[in-house]
Amino acid sequence: MSSKTPASGTGFEPKIIAFVCTWCTYTGADLAGTSRMQMPPNVRVVRLNCSSRVNPQFVMRAFERGADGVIISGCHPGDCHYSTGNYFTRRRIAIFSELLDFVGVDSRRLTMSWVSASQGGKWRDVVSKAIANVKELGPFHQFSQVEGGEQQ
Amino acid sequence: MSEMNELAAKLLSEGTVKVVIGYEQGPAGVRPAFITDPAKAETLIFDSRCVQNLAVYLNPRRSHVVTLGKVAVIVKGCDSKAVAGLIREYQVKREDIVIIGVRCGGVVRRADMTAELTADTVSDKCQDCDVREPKFCDHLVLPLPPAPPITTRRADKIAELTKMTPDERWAYWSEQLDRCIRCHACREVCPLCTCVQCIADKNRPQWIPTSATLQGDVMWQITRVLHLAGRCVDCQECERACPLDIPLGLLTRYVAQMVEKRFDYKASDDPSVVAPMGEYRTDDEEGFIL
Repeated sequence: MSSKTPASGTGFEPKIIAFVCTWCTYTGADLAGTSRMQMPPNVRVVRLNCSSRVNPQFVMRAFERGADGVIISGCHPGDCHYSTGNYFTRRRIAIFSELLDFVGVDSRRLTMSWVSASQGGKWRDVVSKAIANVKELGPFHQFSQVEGGEQQ
Repeated sequence: MSEMNELAAKLLSEGTVKVVIGYEQGPAGVRPAFITDPAKAETLIFDSRCVQNLAVYLNPRRSHVVTLGKVAVIVKGCDSKAVAGLIREYQVKREDIVIIGVRCGGVVRRADMTAELTADTVSDKCQDCDVREPKFCDHLVLPLPPAPPITTRRADKIAELTKMTPDERWAYWSEQLDRCIRCHACREVCPLCTCVQCIADKNRPQWIPTSATLQGDVMWQITRVLHLAGRCVDCQECERACPLDIPLGLLTRYVAQMVEKRFDYKASDDPSVVAPMGEYRTDDEEGFIL
């Protein structure tokens, strides 16, 4: 079993993986960048065609490889480039998040959001919120340090 | 001879079906039986020890059963939901099978137990049963036995776990899942695990490491349970088949409860109902989304 180190005051900087859809959130994050918005550098963005491309395996693998938190973000309902992809994401991630929580992964580690291409400011807020949540929870070792876990 | 045996003999001798899948007494408890000869139909039995979900033999992965010819299958209420699930997902054609429903008064947890049902021996699934008399069947046989004894074992355990902190839950599940030897009995016994190639057997990319480490165990069970979200019929075969007694039924039951809470869907014995993960409503609850 992993030990938990208290996050506050230890300078813990979480590693967060964001799975974003290329049409809305990626463009929104891009806008946040070109608008020179200040935000913490803890998030690594993985660009996908659609938020419904996010297989729960991706999230599990991110946790296994040392992520402390995961963000999944896509277009607002009704705005999906593929019409209905994000509606399926919403159902899938709702259940996935409940199951992760039941197995013992605090659901605050998994952030889901809708960010449109024009919402650079919202992306900054989502990132800040996710980082604040994960900082409060501390590092996540459960999946990455289990016996025989893949070395990376 | 009960009406079940007579019906099986009749279906076989008339040539309606080539094989009847039912239960028979084996050397170590009740076991599945494949009856092809009408004279042997009298060996079929049904009582509270008939725990197995025979719908698994309709699964196209078990093509050797279908090669015997047209199949009649004996199902309890919970098993009839699995048959409906296979038809819903186009794995079986309705006209290719004859469904013999049996009224059921609950089953024990393991096939080698005695037939006596007590609060200790009754299977957890029977507490949440709503189809003791199967509706989705061609023939309905045997009188309805008395209701099973009440136990709150599973509900208590889920309530206990949900009250814990995430770290305590992880301590519980990592201990349970660490026992897994990845024999995949939970997959093989599942009537609805129909993938021709399971993700656990794929190695390019290899999502689920093959060695029985906790990392892979967690990945495997979360994957399996998620693949069954909105499809699981709560037959609890995975838990029964598990040689390490991992409480897999808690995971599938919890997910089923979440699916019911969020999408108002319960495992159905009507093949025309759409499974919840294959559809959506524009007004699905999204309080968890920023």
